[in-house]
This record gives sequence, C-alpha cells and structure tokens, in this order.
Amino acid sequence: MPEAFESVYRVLGKDLSNAGKVSTSIKDTLKRLGVHPAVVRRVAIVSYEAEMNLVMYAVRGKMSLSVSRDAVTLHIDDEGPGIPDISLAMQEGYSTATAEMREMGFGAGMGLPNIRKNADEFDISSEVGRGTRLFIRVIQAA
Amino acid sequence: MSCMRACPTAAVRIRARRAVKLADRCIDCGECIRVCPRAAIVPLTDQMADLSKFDYKVAIPSPALYAQFDSEVFPSIIFSALKQCGFDHVESASPACDAVSIATEIFLNDYRGQYPLISSFCPTIVRLLQVKYPELVDQLLPVLAPREISARDAKLRASRETGLPLDRIGAVYITPCPSKIVAILEHPGMQRSYLDAAVSISDLFQNLAAAISRVQESEHTIDAVESASGLSWAFLGKFPRSLPAENTLSVAGLPNVIRILDDVEKGRLRKYRYIECHACPEGCVGGCLTVENPYLARGKAIKLQQSLPAGCMVDRREIEIAYRKKELLMDEYLAGRPLRPLDEDISKAILKMKERDRILSELPGIDCGACGSPSCRAFAEDVVLEEADKASCVFFWQRDLADRIEELAAFVRTQRQAIGGLP
Repeated sequence: MPEAFESVYRVLGKDLSNAGKVSTSIKDTLKRLGVHPAVVRRVAIVSYEAEMNLVMYAVRGKMSLSVSRDAVTLHIDDEGPGIPDISLAMQEGYSTATAEMREMGFGAGMGLPNIRKNADEFDISSEVGRGTRLFIRVIQAA
Repeated sequence: MSCMRACPTAAVRIRARRAVKLADRCIDCGECIRVCPRAAIVPLTDQMADLSKFDYKVAIPSPALYAQFDSEVFPSIIFSALKQCGFDHVESASPACDAVSIATEIFLNDYRGQYPLISSFCPTIVRLLQVKYPELVDQLLPVLAPREISARDAKLRASRETGLPLDRIGAVYITPCPSKIVAILEHPGMQRSYLDAAVSISDLFQNLAAAISRVQESEHTIDAVESASGLSWAFLGKFPRSLPAENTLSVAGLPNVIRILDDVEKGRLRKYRYIECHACPEGCVGGCLTVENPYLARGKAIKLQQSLPAGCMVDRREIEIAYRKKELLMDEYLAGRPLRPLDEDISKAILKMKERDRILSELPGIDCGACGSPSCRAFAEDVVLEEADKASCVFFWQRDLADRIEELAAFVRTQRQAIGGLP
C-alpha cells in the first residue's frame, strides 16, 4: 500500500453560501502535491458535481479524499433522500432539480453522468430514505 | 507587512525585517505597490531620461491615460502635450483595438476547443493562469494585445518615414500598471515584445498636465485621433460585437477573477464563450500607476467617448487578411508554469503535506503574520520546505519557553530533593 494523503471534508445540505468551497480546497491540495494538471482538472469537475449534489439534495455528508502516487480517490457519503432509480439518475438530461435549483443554473441532468465520464472507476449505491454513497477514482499515469 | 497581506498569490515573505519576493509566485499585479505605506516598492519603469538612447521615440498611450484628465481634454490635446514632453510621434490606440476586436471575432468563430476562452490582454491575468491555473492556459485567447500591434505598426511606419533602422526607434508604452513593464522584458506567447520601454502614467503626469495647459492656450485641431471603441479598452466591458451578451462575462479585480477561474476549473462556466478578465478594479483605469480614482476615471472615459467618433478605425477586409497571415496572433506556445509542488516526487510530497497539516494543527490559526509568512498555512508550508524556522512563530516560541521553564523548575525540584530532602 503506497503512502497516501487523506483528508475528510464535511458538507452541509442547503448551505449554498459555502457550496463549492470543498472542491476548491481539494483542487488546491492536489496542486500542492504536484498531481498532473489534467488529473487535477478531472478531479475538480468530479468533486464539484458531487459537492453540489450533496448541498442540493442531502441533509449532510462527508467527502473523503485520498491521494496516493497512483490515484486520487473520493468517497462521498451522505444522509439524505437517496436515489430510487439509479440507472435513471445516470442518464444524461434526467434531473429531479426543483425550480429553485434550476434558477441557480443547476439541474441540467449532467451531474452524475459528468462524474462517471471524468472518473476511471466509479461506483454508486443508494438507499431510499437513508442516503447515497459514491466511490470515484481517477488514476494518475505513472 | 501590508504587502505580504495584500499579495493574492502569497509571494511575499518578511525575512530579517525586509520584504522579499518569491519570484516564481509573483504575477506582477502591483497590489504590493498599491498598499505599501512607505512607497518602498518601486516598479521597474523607465524614466524620460532613459529614453535618450533612441533616435526616434514613439509614445503608445494606454487608453487609460485619457481617463486621467477631464473629458474636455481631447486625445488630440494629449497627443500634442506628449510631443512637448519629448516624443517624436504618438500612435493612437484605437486602430489596433479595433483590429484586435475583429481578430477575436474571427478566432471565436473558428474555435473548436474548450470553453470559455479567457482574454489575454492583461499580462497579470496570463501569469495568474500560468502559475495558478496551468490546466487553463490553452483557453487563453492567442490574439496579440493592441499595444503590441500599435508598437509594431508605428515602428515600421517611422522607419519608412525617417530611414532609421528599427533598433534606433523606441516604442514606449505609457502604462497604467507594472505588469506591462514585465511583459516587455518577457512576453508570454511572444518571442519578443514589440515595445521597447514603458513610462508610468503617474511618473509622467505632472509634466504632461503642464504641457496640456500650454497646448490649450495655443491653437489645436480636434483631430479624430482616437475613437469611442478604442477608449472602451480603458475599462471593463468590451466584447467582440458579434457575441451575444449572455455568452460573455466581464470580471475585474484579482479576488473576483480568482473566484471566476475557480468556477471555470470546475467546469461550471462552459456555457460562456468568452470571459474578459482584468487584474485591476474597473480594468486598466484601476492600474496602480495611474493618478485618478478608477471609478471617476471610468466616468470620465465614458463622457469622453460621447465626443469621439463611434465608427471602426480599420478596414475589416484588411484585418481579415492580416489575421490569415497570422500577423495578429501570438507566435509562441503559451505554456503553464505551475508553482513548484511540495516535492517533485509525489510520494515525498504526500509525506510533506502530512507534516504540514500536523504543524498547522499546532499553530494558532489567526494568520497574524508576525513570523514573516502571510498565513499559518503558508508558514507551516515554509517550515516543511525548510524556508522558515518553527521558532519564528511567537506562539510556538512562547509555548516552548513555558515548557522549558517548567522543565527547569522540575529539575530544580528534583535536585533539591536529592541534596537534602528540602521541599
């Protein structure tokens, strides 16, 4: 097991004034570690989409970052309504965003598809009424 | 210490009671010059006396220059006054500004890469991207800045008219900020800048104002030397006219630009096609080497625009031809120059990051700056990189002292007990 840098960030649902700060902080950390710019960019997109999903839908959650020489890994775990039909939620353009979220420029139904597109490994599981878990890994080319 | 706190890229440290600059972090924005209470930070501008090395001197005024005076002072008056100050010729900025607007339109039409494109006319913005957002440098607009096109055209024309070789002719930018000066020495995206020197608006202001009052007494013609569109380059809010406004953004002031670039990086602003970014508040009128308050200057520029011709000062077809010949584009690949990470070896960088966080958790977190680093986080990093000593933190030092006193007291107690069982 290679040496890894780990950090856990807590995110509050509906906390729009702080939304996006965790992904900015993750991105800055990767840059200081010397992670390749192309990988930083993909993780920035992935972590931002995941953070916004969490802020908009969940009650609270945590994002755990792990950076090793080989990969950047994110575990996202939330307490929230969960996703009843995951395969539907993974479709481009499918969105359950409220009018309020759409007014803010969200809800294009690209969040989860965008995460999967930018990740090398991706896993999602959800329990209705309990919450959703995401596993995302972006591999660093040796 | 004001400069250390003001620096947007944490490039200033206080070492041995003096401010020092970390060159790889500096983006030449001039915030330190702006805030220094003792005017101790001096930009590398040229003085008029330095220009005597040229046989023929061309002034290239930044459009922000016109906004320093009342709106009755027409550009033609300022042209005459600049000649009285020692320039042989003054080149108007507007034709190049119009050419750049057209070139930008063409480039945007042909562009198939990632959106949004980001303006590259402010050298500080270019450096900010190179240093802090290296993965976005490919989205910088590769069109030359108007000042460079003005300088090239004016020098070629002066050489034809006077018979002097190009290297005897000096193209001198009348600059509102220090970043243009650094861009003359080393221009990202260009093999070599066409400008030869830069004199700051603030250095020139007194002589120029005096010359203006002399011009006003004598006759002068109100030539259309500048246009309304050229003047719009003095402040934020200029887009290629073909772009619908909802596809563009205009941002000024570094903290705001940084927030927008963070969003670009997260893929949030893909629906925008073009973002105009200025490091200074309100755009070039807010440069730290100007004289007038940027908000008043912007108002003056808008008022002056009303008395200037509104039309385009160049022939569109000619510009299209020049564009196809690549005469309006940068000639070198613009590469990022990301900050050095904690270590080139990522495994070592991970260990250093852990150590940084451990040190950071012991620090008070109030970012007092007494250690000479701008924040506790920067200090923890400086310690890990062996550029600062942990004892420079007054809190560490105090705690360390308390620990030692406690140790000493304990030692004295044990010694006393050993000697004679004294209490």
